[in-house]
Amino acid sequence: MKFAVIVFPGSNCDDDMFYAIQDGLEEEVEKVWYTETSLAAYDAILIPGGFSYGDYLRSGAIARFAPVMESVMEEAEKGKPVLGVCNGFQVLLEARLLPGAMQRNKNLKFICRPTPLNVVSNNTMFTTEYEKGRNVTIPVAHGDGNYYCDDKTLEKLKSNNQVVFTYETDINGSAAGIAGIINEKGNVLGMMPHPERAMSDLLGSADGLQLFQSMLKNWRESHVLAP
Amino acid sequence: MSLLLEPSPQQIKDDKLYQEMGMTEEEFAMAEKILGRLPNYTETGVFSVMWSEHCSYKHSKVLLRKFPSKGEKVLQGPGEGAGIIDIGDGQAVAFKAESHNHPSAVEPYQGAATGVGGILRDVFSMGAKPIALLNSLRFGELQTARGRYLFEEVVAGIAGYGNCVGVPTIGGEIQFDPCYEGNPLMNAMCVGLINHEDIQKGVARGTGNTVMYVGASTGRDGIHGATFASEELSDESESKRPSVQVGDPFMEKLLMEACQELVQLDSLIGIQDMGAAGLASSSSEMASKAGYGIEMNLDKVPQREQDMTPYEMMLSESQERMLLVVKKGHEQEIRDICDHWGLYAAEVGHVIEEQKLRLLFQGEVAADIPADALAEEAPVYHPDSIEHRAFPKNQQIKDIRFHVDNPKQTLLDLLQQPTIASKEWVYDQYDYMVQTNTAVRPGSDAAVLKVRGKNKALAMTTDCNSRFLYLDPETGGKIAVAEAARNIVCSGGTPLGLTDCLNYGSPENPEIYWQLEKSTDGMSEACSALDTPVIGGNVSLYNETQAGAVYPTPVVGMVGLIEDLAHITTQSFKQAGDAIYVIGGAKPEFGGSELQKLLDGDISGPAPTLDLEVEKRRQQELLKAIRQGYVRSAHDLAEGGLGVALAESMMDTGGLGASVTVQEEETAAALFAETQSRFLVSVPQEKIEAFESIVTDAAFLGKVTNDPKLDVYQPSGEKVLEAAAEQLERAWKGAIPCLVKSRD
Repeated sequence: MKFAVIVFPGSNCDDDMFYAIQDGLEEEVEKVWYTETSLAAYDAILIPGGFSYGDYLRSGAIARFAPVMESVMEEAEKGKPVLGVCNGFQVLLEARLLPGAMQRNKNLKFICRPTPLNVVSNNTMFTTEYEKGRNVTIPVAHGDGNYYCDDKTLEKLKSNNQVVFTYETDINGSAAGIAGIINEKGNVLGMMPHPERAMSDLLGSADGLQLFQSMLKNWRESHVLAP
Repeated sequence: MSLLLEPSPQQIKDDKLYQEMGMTEEEFAMAEKILGRLPNYTETGVFSVMWSEHCSYKHSKVLLRKFPSKGEKVLQGPGEGAGIIDIGDGQAVAFKAESHNHPSAVEPYQGAATGVGGILRDVFSMGAKPIALLNSLRFGELQTARGRYLFEEVVAGIAGYGNCVGVPTIGGEIQFDPCYEGNPLMNAMCVGLINHEDIQKGVARGTGNTVMYVGASTGRDGIHGATFASEELSDESESKRPSVQVGDPFMEKLLMEACQELVQLDSLIGIQDMGAAGLASSSSEMASKAGYGIEMNLDKVPQREQDMTPYEMMLSESQERMLLVVKKGHEQEIRDICDHWGLYAAEVGHVIEEQKLRLLFQGEVAADIPADALAEEAPVYHPDSIEHRAFPKNQQIKDIRFHVDNPKQTLLDLLQQPTIASKEWVYDQYDYMVQTNTAVRPGSDAAVLKVRGKNKALAMTTDCNSRFLYLDPETGGKIAVAEAARNIVCSGGTPLGLTDCLNYGSPENPEIYWQLEKSTDGMSEACSALDTPVIGGNVSLYNETQAGAVYPTPVVGMVGLIEDLAHITTQSFKQAGDAIYVIGGAKPEFGGSELQKLLDGDISGPAPTLDLEVEKRRQQELLKAIRQGYVRSAHDLAEGGLGVALAESMMDTGGLGASVTVQEEETAAALFAETQSRFLVSVPQEKIEAFESIVTDAAFLGKVTNDPKLDVYQPSGEKVLEAAAEQLERAWKGAIPCLVKSRD
């Protein structure tokens, strides 16, 4: 399986994502600069964390217009797995690939800490390797992680099982404790916690590994079944 | 000021305009003599910043030469952007610390942010990839709204910059004392990883080679920042806010990425950050170091404001800029890389045979100064030195005794002292995990980063207990170095070397100069004894307000090598049943201790004594025991003594406690004395014998328990303290959030 890690000016978790795939999952991975216009050669697209374009104006607001985003949208439309983490999630929101918006954390400060999460849905291509309801610890590191959407959207997210991860305790004021959501089609996941930072017990947690393993397993299964 | 309105050379002399730039009459006369004519306005400005204390170390140079700076592993000593030490496998660490005190005192967010930016550039201009940031901060005791504002904004500035550039802020220390009320200290340290063959220097060599300017454009921000940093803070300092630069971490990130590619080019001859004194210092230093000169055409400098004069361009401290020297004909290689990252890359001049800094502007020569005169020939002062009056007074105080009626309450009170209390409120705001190498997070003795792809790690720490230095600068200087080394050893590492930030009051005050002299003597002695060369650093003087000078605060930033990931050790107890030992006994030493500050409200008496032979032996024995796998946790005894160390070792252990019997009859000394060269360790039962055979001064205290509480017994068997872990943790973790929230 071949992964693309999108790199915008100011992305700073691109290397971490790259190593998570290369050394943790042991699959093929390449960094793709924001000026590229085709992602057809990749089986999955990863949008890493950081401060794309300095997060000036609004987190993810400028990156959303980068040339590479058009092909991200195309591939998403085709059903390819797209994972946005932290700033990557913010970019997906700005690009309207996922509903809602991010506000500043409710304490108005950056928060960096290992965070217990609930796996609300293990019925997605990103989470089948987790047990449903299981508590996993994955770090967060963000200033704008306070997820917001209107009540109607929230109801829809819940009834469609689009809420994938929630914080075990409220850390940033997110609506319904949302830490990660998926699109209706089930191939675009945005999450604030960093699974690529939870790849080894030496660094505090290996709970992120199953997320990438889920992607790999589901891709393999769908490709074995394909004629 | 437009060029036409600039004062003439004669006016500058007659009206003593150089004094406003921080130059003395003698210095101006020296400049005149060097040039053989009167300097013009631009030249006077360039002389004044290059000869400022901040750039020239004119008051401290003599003392800095005392530091041992050599060692078989030292690849680069003081004098470049950062020092470099070999860590094997063709790799090395580049690191340096630098102060940003004055800017942080008047504009704390930007002051701290640009402090981080500057130290990053010092490290990546050497060719290294920055892998860690640390900081050492000093504030008043958070009792005033201004004090809390400074604290919150400095922390926010560090977070704002460091988090964005993607270099983890993994550690440091913060102390609070009334002496820092109007003059906080902000020292930032950066550690980078580098392959030996990539090491760069800031040199301008080879006549005809091209001088290129890379990074952000030049504005009018930060003009005379270096001069501002070389005088005392006063009511007028607020008006110097324009001397504080404004940082753009996004630009820094792009510059950092570009530089990592640029240093791979064979055509790159030299590279240096435009830090303090900006274009003036980078150009003259690069030329002087190489024994060449530089001619620059200032019309080609990328400018973000209109009608900038040579004076403004040369003295601007706009951030995120680098000066490069490139082999003639290879400029396009530089431009290609910079284009990719969206950065300016302008050809601004070339290297000349004549050892001069010559500036052209609108077709005329705007300045023509010997490069060495600026970079090397600043006046060197040997200020008068008089024993500080506090020293003999404190030495005479004998037999300080404290009686503690309620040891549990005293321990809780100590855990709430801001210097001791958990700094979680602070490091929760720092991204300490990005780059995914952080094996030991902030909060333990030293932070530990694994080296990617290798079975080894780096331990790093910053330390300085300035109260000891105030009471006894020489002993305090030794303690600062020894304590940093202790923290490295407790983490399982061999101390490799250190960088320092010497923060003091005005050197023109003989008593302050005496402190500087004595403390650097003490530090030098400890560095020699512990085999930790000083590979770089910085001096920040004039840290004083009308209320007086700060305590002498020579912050030590140390890096150690952990040879095997299995050696990584933290301060937390790991397993019930493990034996608890203290290495080294307590003496009733309370001078400068947290207990004394708590009970007396001030500090007095002699600082704790330090025997470097004992220190060295204990460190070596403990490190050996850790490497053999005999030690499950290790923590150095520092502020608050054994009592605080015990409590800290229980924090976040998921329900472990400790039951110990202290050795000393006197409870205050046993639990709260700050006797030096001591460690608290836990040892698995099956390793007790082996451990005791190596660590000669280890005394058995008791056991780690499954019962989440701390029990302390006197030698007689009488229980003197019983405290629930939860209560200790609440006191320790709650103190700083509570202080920050309090309002006048």
